[in-house]
Amino acid sequence: MIPPKFDYHAPGTVDEAIGLLQQSPGDAKVLAGGQSLLPLMKLRLAEPKVLVDISRIANLSYVREDGDWLRVGAATKINDLNDSPAIQSRYPLLADAGAHIADPLVRNMGTVGGNVCHGDPGNDLPACMLASGASYKVRGPKGDRSVPAQEFYRDTFVTALAPAEILTEVQLPKAQAGDGGAYLKMERKVGDFAIAAVAVHLRLDAKGSVTQAGIALTNVGPTVIMASKAASSLVGHKPSDADLQAAAKLAAEAAQPTSDQRGPAEFKKGVVKTLAYRALKKAWERAGGKS
Amino acid sequence: MASTAIPRLTAGAPIGGPTRTVHVTVNDVAFEIAVQDRTLLVHFLRDILGLTGTHVGCDTTHCGACTVLLDDRPVKSCTVLAVQADGRKVRTVEGLEAGGKLHAVQEGFTAEHGLQCGFCTPGMMMTSVALLAKNPNPSEDEIRRAISGNLCRCTGYMNIVKAIQHASKASGGAK
Repeated sequence: MIPPKFDYHAPGTVDEAIGLLQQSPGDAKVLAGGQSLLPLMKLRLAEPKVLVDISRIANLSYVREDGDWLRVGAATKINDLNDSPAIQSRYPLLADAGAHIADPLVRNMGTVGGNVCHGDPGNDLPACMLASGASYKVRGPKGDRSVPAQEFYRDTFVTALAPAEILTEVQLPKAQAGDGGAYLKMERKVGDFAIAAVAVHLRLDAKGSVTQAGIALTNVGPTVIMASKAASSLVGHKPSDADLQAAAKLAAEAAQPTSDQRGPAEFKKGVVKTLAYRALKKAWERAGGKS
Repeated sequence: MASTAIPRLTAGAPIGGPTRTVHVTVNDVAFEIAVQDRTLLVHFLRDILGLTGTHVGCDTTHCGACTVLLDDRPVKSCTVLAVQADGRKVRTVEGLEAGGKLHAVQEGFTAEHGLQCGFCTPGMMMTSVALLAKNPNPSEDEIRRAISGNLCRCTGYMNIVKAIQHASKASGGAK
């Protein structure tokens, strides 16, 4: 299958890329790694007239801790995220998720920015970003703005990104002592989207009480879902095993799955409950929590 | 070892749409070639350069039969545009043999009977070459994870894993 005709541009700067997007409002798409966009084009599910390839823009690929933030450039390949020593040692939630996005070959082309911007509820990184309280740095014709990940996902394939805007950087709160996270995904086979997956981020104080909690769900609704009630049920005390189980139940109640080839809706809710409990336990242990 | 001669070829099948000239180094030979924007890397390699060792399997990013190295990293060439490879280096299965000598990975697949029908083999070998370049001494678990994006429908995975272990040992790995 060969994609439909389009004009290809490979600008050297973000501003040049924004200019190209402005020239074809609604008809242009950003091409980063192309691992979601090109399959859609081959199947004629997307037929953009113009592709703006941002992979030639310098300084859009990096993973660095800087001040209070972990900063990840939008064009960073998933495998470069996975290979980052900072991610491997201090960001277990991202390390877990990065290792389960599509397959190892796709991860050599696919980018962090593409995964968070595509707006498919099956993408794995959005849940991690919601759970950890990330923000997205976006540039458009009017300059830079910052969008909390929590406000970014509007509907399936619909995000807060305006047609001529480009995501330039993902910003996560820098890891500190007492942080722990986990991402658990159930998939039918390597490379498939999740039947369901759960991202958990916890922050504990010196006494083991939860001071921050974030729980988000992949592929069980029209967009990534924030399980806010489940998360807030854990804050302000040292959670018991029963508390983790109760939070997992609340997480499953937040899921809005539909029945499809990956299973009936009730089954998926059950998967969310089980994965949420296991992910909470893992995140709690990684944060140094002791029962 | 880059060739000094730069072959100038024209695009193959006229599929239509805008064209541009790309500079791609394939198996150490530099090419300057006009391609249509929408030409996929796998068709550029097979139909324009005639390198048919790279296979088209599922054509949907699942099977990995089309795996080539792009700047030394394995990618699925059915999901990469030829223009995305502009200015970059591609290695295909034809580029593994050097001076009449098979690559250690090719020797491994031969010695351990790492193929049955052979359709997945070029992609499987390119993934293996990249794995061993990054991790000369992989564990069995690391091998299985590395080839998890390459499907063998003869399901000959046992021997494929052995073939990669064979190549690792032959190249100085200890496990």
